[in-house]
Amino acid sequence: MANVLEISNIRKSFGTELVLNDLSLAVPEHTATVLIGASGSGKSTLLRCINLLESIDDGQIFLDGEEISDPLINVDEVRRKLGMVFQSFNLFPHKTVLQNITLAPIKVQGKGKEEANSAALALLKRFDLADKADQYPDRLSGGQQQRVAIIRSLALNPRLLLLDEITSALDPVLVNEVLSIVRDLKSDGMTMVLATHEMGFATQVADEVCFLESGNILERGSAQDVLHNPSNPKTQEFLKRVHQAGRL
Amino acid sequence: MSERVNSAWSPSSREIERRGARQRISRKQATIAAVSSTIVLGTLIAIIVTSPGWATVKKTFFDIEYGREVFPTVIAGLWINLQLTFIGGAAIGVIALGLALMRTTKSPALTPFRFLATAYVDIFRGAPLILIILLVGFGVPALGLKGISSNVIFLGTVAVVLTYSAYVAEVIRSGILSIHPSQRAAARSLGLTSGQTMRFVVLPQAIRRVVPPLLNDFVSLLKDTGLVSILGVTDAVRAAQINASRTFNYTPYVVAAVLFLLITIPMTRYTDRAIRQRTNAQSSEGAI
Repeated sequence: MANVLEISNIRKSFGTELVLNDLSLAVPEHTATVLIGASGSGKSTLLRCINLLESIDDGQIFLDGEEISDPLINVDEVRRKLGMVFQSFNLFPHKTVLQNITLAPIKVQGKGKEEANSAALALLKRFDLADKADQYPDRLSGGQQQRVAIIRSLALNPRLLLLDEITSALDPVLVNEVLSIVRDLKSDGMTMVLATHEMGFATQVADEVCFLESGNILERGSAQDVLHNPSNPKTQEFLKRVHQAGRL
Repeated sequence: MSERVNSAWSPSSREIERRGARQRISRKQATIAAVSSTIVLGTLIAIIVTSPGWATVKKTFFDIEYGREVFPTVIAGLWINLQLTFIGGAAIGVIALGLALMRTTKSPALTPFRFLATAYVDIFRGAPLILIILLVGFGVPALGLKGISSNVIFLGTVAVVLTYSAYVAEVIRSGILSIHPSQRAAARSLGLTSGQTMRFVVLPQAIRRVVPPLLNDFVSLLKDTGLVSILGVTDAVRAAQINASRTFNYTPYVVAAVLFLLITIPMTRYTDRAIRQRTNAQSSEGAI
C-alpha cells in the first residue's frame, strides 16, 4: 500500500516554545491514524501543519509523494485534496447547511450549482440530515453541526481527512452520532488522521495509534498495543489519567 | 418542542395572590413615574415661560405664521440635503469598502495601496469636516483644472464623501477584523483562495455585523450635509439663514431643525432596534 501522507522529521515552534520536535509519520492509503496525548502535546499543530495552515520550521511533508512543504507549492491546490474538520465546527453562520457544503465545490472545483446541490443532498441523505438542508447552522444541535462540517469536507472528495478533536465540544449524548459517521468513512476506506480523547472510539477505528508528548511520538503501534498494553511509562501515566477521568 | 399547555390547568390560589401583588406594584410604579415626570417637565416649562425674555423669544423663534411662510423654501433646501445624503452615501459605500479591503489585504503587490489607504484614513478622519469642505470648495476651483466642475453642490458632496469614506472604511475594517480567524481557517482548508475567503465568507458576515454602526453614520451624514451651506449651497440650513437674516426672525432655523429631526429621529430609533436585535442574535452565535 502506498503512503498517502509521509512526514519526515518536522519541527515547529511558536516563539521559544517547541511544539513539534523531529516528528515523523507515515499514513498508508485506506488507514486511520489516531493521535492521542495531553492538551498541548502538539496534536492540533501537527494537523494544522499537514493542512498548511501553519508553516513548519524544518523537515518535509509529502502528499502522494509530492512535497507539500515546498514554499513554492500552490497551497490552495493542496488543501483541495485535504479535508479538515475542527473541534468548534466552524460552519459559516450566514449560509444554510446546503450552501455551507456546496460553497467549495462550486467556487473551488467549478462545479455547476445543480450538480453540487444534488451531490450535497445525497451526502446529507446518507447521514440522515436531508431535512436540515435549508436550515442555518445556529438552528442545529452541536452534533448535527459537526456532522454537517464533516459532510462539507467530504463534498470535495479529499484524499486525506484530518479530524481535530471533533467531539471535544459536544456533550456525551451527541458524541456517538458524530463518531458513527467516522466509522462509516473508515469502512468506506477513507484515509484519515485524527486527534481524539475518545479512547474507546480510537480502539475501534485506529490502524495505528500514536501517543504524542512534547511534540514527538513517544509510542506507536496497534490500538491493542498502545492503548491496552503500553510499554512507555509516559503512555502508561497518560492512559491512567484518562482512565481515572472515565474516558476509556 | 414546547409542550402544549394543559387546558385543564387553572392557577392556584397562591398564583392568583401573586398576580394581584404584581399588579399593585406596577400600578404604584406607574403613579410614581407620572408624578415625577409632571414635576420635572412642568418645572422646566415654567422656568422657560416665566423668564423675562420669553415674550421676545416666542416671537423671534416660534412665530408660527412666519414659519408657515418660509416652510416651502426650507423644505426645498432639505431636498438638496437628502439628495446629497443618498448620492454621497452610495459613493461613500463603494470607496469605504475599497479602502477597508486595501487596509486588510496582505498581498505584497498591494503594499503601496495599503500604505496610501492608511494615510488617507488618517488624514480625512483627523481633519474637521468643515475645513475639508472649505479647502475642496474654494481650493479645487482655484486650481483651474479643465473638466472638473466648480459647481458648489458637486464640490460640497465631494468633500463630504472624502471625509465620510474614511469614517466608514474604519467601521467596515473593524467588522472584517471581528470575524473569528477560525472562519478563515475553515474556508482556506476547503481550498478557497484568500480572495474567495474574503468575498464569500468574511465580508458577508462583517457587513451584517456593522450595519447598526453604519446606520449611525448615515444619520450623521444627513446632518453634516448641512455644513455644505458654507459654500453657498441653498440647502435647508442656508435657506433658513437667508430668511432669518432678511427679517431678523429666527423661526426658519427652528423649522429647519424640526424637519431634520423628523427624519433623523425615526432613523435613530430604527438603528437602536437594529443594534438590539444584533446583540440578541450574538448570544446564539457564541458557539460559532
